[in-house]
Amino acid sequence: MTVLLAATAAALFGIGTYLVLQRKLSRIIIGIALLGHGANVLMVTSGDRGRAPLIGNGPTEGLADPLPQALALTAIVISFGVTALLLALAYRSWLLTSDDEVQDDVEDRDVALHGAPDDDLDGTEGDADRERDDDGDAA
Amino acid sequence: MNALLSLPILLPLLGAALSILAGRSRPLQRAIGLTTLTAVAVLAVILLVEVDRNGPASTAAGGWPAPLGIALVADRFSAIMLVVAALMLLAVLVYAIGQPGAERNHVGFGSVYLILAAGVAAAFLTGDLFTLFVAIEMMLTASYVLLTLGGRLDQVRSGMTYVVISLLASVLFVTLLAVVYASTGTVNLAHLSQRIPDLPDGLRSALAVLMLVVFGIKAAIFPLFFWLPDSYPTAPSPVTAIFAGLLTKVGVYAIIRTQTLLFPASARPATLLLVLAAATMLVGVLGAIAQGDVKRVLSFQIVSHIGYMIMGLGLFSVAGLAAAVLYTVHHIVSKTALFLTGGLIEHAGGSSRMSRLGGMVRTAPVIAVLFLVPALSLVGVPPFSGFVAKFALVDAAAARSAYAVMAVSLVVSLLTLYSLMKVWIAVFWSPAREPVAEARLSQPGEPLGGPLLMVAPTAVLAAMALAIGLAAGPIYGLCQRAAQDLLHPSAYVTEVLG
Repeated sequence: MTVLLAATAAALFGIGTYLVLQRKLSRIIIGIALLGHGANVLMVTSGDRGRAPLIGNGPTEGLADPLPQALALTAIVISFGVTALLLALAYRSWLLTSDDEVQDDVEDRDVALHGAPDDDLDGTEGDADRERDDDGDAA
Repeated sequence: MNALLSLPILLPLLGAALSILAGRSRPLQRAIGLTTLTAVAVLAVILLVEVDRNGPASTAAGGWPAPLGIALVADRFSAIMLVVAALMLLAVLVYAIGQPGAERNHVGFGSVYLILAAGVAAAFLTGDLFTLFVAIEMMLTASYVLLTLGGRLDQVRSGMTYVVISLLASVLFVTLLAVVYASTGTVNLAHLSQRIPDLPDGLRSALAVLMLVVFGIKAAIFPLFFWLPDSYPTAPSPVTAIFAGLLTKVGVYAIIRTQTLLFPASARPATLLLVLAAATMLVGVLGAIAQGDVKRVLSFQIVSHIGYMIMGLGLFSVAGLAAAVLYTVHHIVSKTALFLTGGLIEHAGGSSRMSRLGGMVRTAPVIAVLFLVPALSLVGVPPFSGFVAKFALVDAAAARSAYAVMAVSLVVSLLTLYSLMKVWIAVFWSPAREPVAEARLSQPGEPLGGPLLMVAPTAVLAAMALAIGLAAGPIYGLCQRAAQDLLHPSAYVTEVLG
């Protein structure tokens, strides 16, 4: 049983890592969710197995360790909330760019290419400016 | 006394709830925020005085005794961090109230900011690895919202990177918790410190390195810092200031706490930490030199200065840890002040890009002074706080014969001076340029260069940087006692486990 759970965790970690390395935001989010599940499976595996604890007044021998289950439950709730926020962000990004790809840090690229930053970029508005320029050229 | 321990966490949460209820009235929301954070600051000072006099204090939240329940512990180190954090949160909130702009007027700003405060306080006060995870998540979730509150394209882009990196760190944290629980059967820090020494060497090193990676991502140490300079500059300045001051420092706090408390002296990764410290310092400052935007220069410098704190830890001596604590305090104050000044520059000049700014020493002399004081403090010029902190650090390194890392730290100080003087010359000394008219926010009738509520908190923080330098004796004494506690945690362990 433990080996099976460990293999499940390993598979979830493997697929999650592959998805997180993609450029599409939707895949990254699914990847993050899978990684989180892998970690939670690992968490549940870390305690002793046994009968359901904290129910009735029976003998305490052979009970499962309830603490990792409580911890995993908390972690699941947290990752649920954060995944919702992440989806909202990805939707916002799609609304603004009509694209699902991760955007580049234009200023970083600029510093790497030219050493000193150009004047045509205005700080934080740089990305928007440049995109507008590109559209103009294409038209 | 011990009942006080939960209040710095509960008060901001209560304030956040009230702030949502008062969503229709901005003045009421602001009053709630200011009252709550003032109360937290007062509580933190009381706690520090009490803990410094009587040793660590602890309480078991919910009535379950340690190691089963949630333990809240305050020792000198966490109390110091709590005091500084509360003061920064208060100063930045005043600044945010004074700043014109849409974002701080957002209905959610007040409550999310208080949740961030609660998360930071919980991270400093917890005596439990899992509660530390929850506290960091609370703080980070609030920070995701604050970072992207404007909903602009650049904010969403950098926010996405930031959230994904932080989530990966959280997944690793859960993995770490699973491994820790499977191998020791507890997540209470004091209990762990008794059980980890019995583990086999390999497992113990794996735990130490996993902890270093998890908290290293939060603290932005080399090579896990790439997300920071990309995401921080896009937030509104008060938000960047509080991120710069507190969020990475929670990571540093967690690294120092776990590496000193949990692992026996023989198993500490001292050399690894010193190498990472030197690389962090060097890479951060070289990145800062290349940038052309004031906020990006400052963001890269955060990375560089995290290296100094890790260096103090890596020495694993009382002097080294005392210097690390002092450096953390100094850096929180100076860096927050610098980012607030960065916001003032943007306010008065209409941009934070160096090529668009100039001549501000004449148009806004007050801002020039407010920039120069924390900048010189960051470099380490006497009599400011940075001088004392760096002197203590270099002295501790010399005592341990760690000459290589000491040399790197001195060279990096020089490079920090170079990068800040680049900003100084471009923004303040170069001939004045035509300000971008529509972007310029300050009114001609502002002799200070900005609204009083923006200038005053910045000035207070700059004065604090000077005060820490002038009152170095007593403050360093306190840091030394905190470092003693960290290296000899028996009082901490007995207080928690009884």
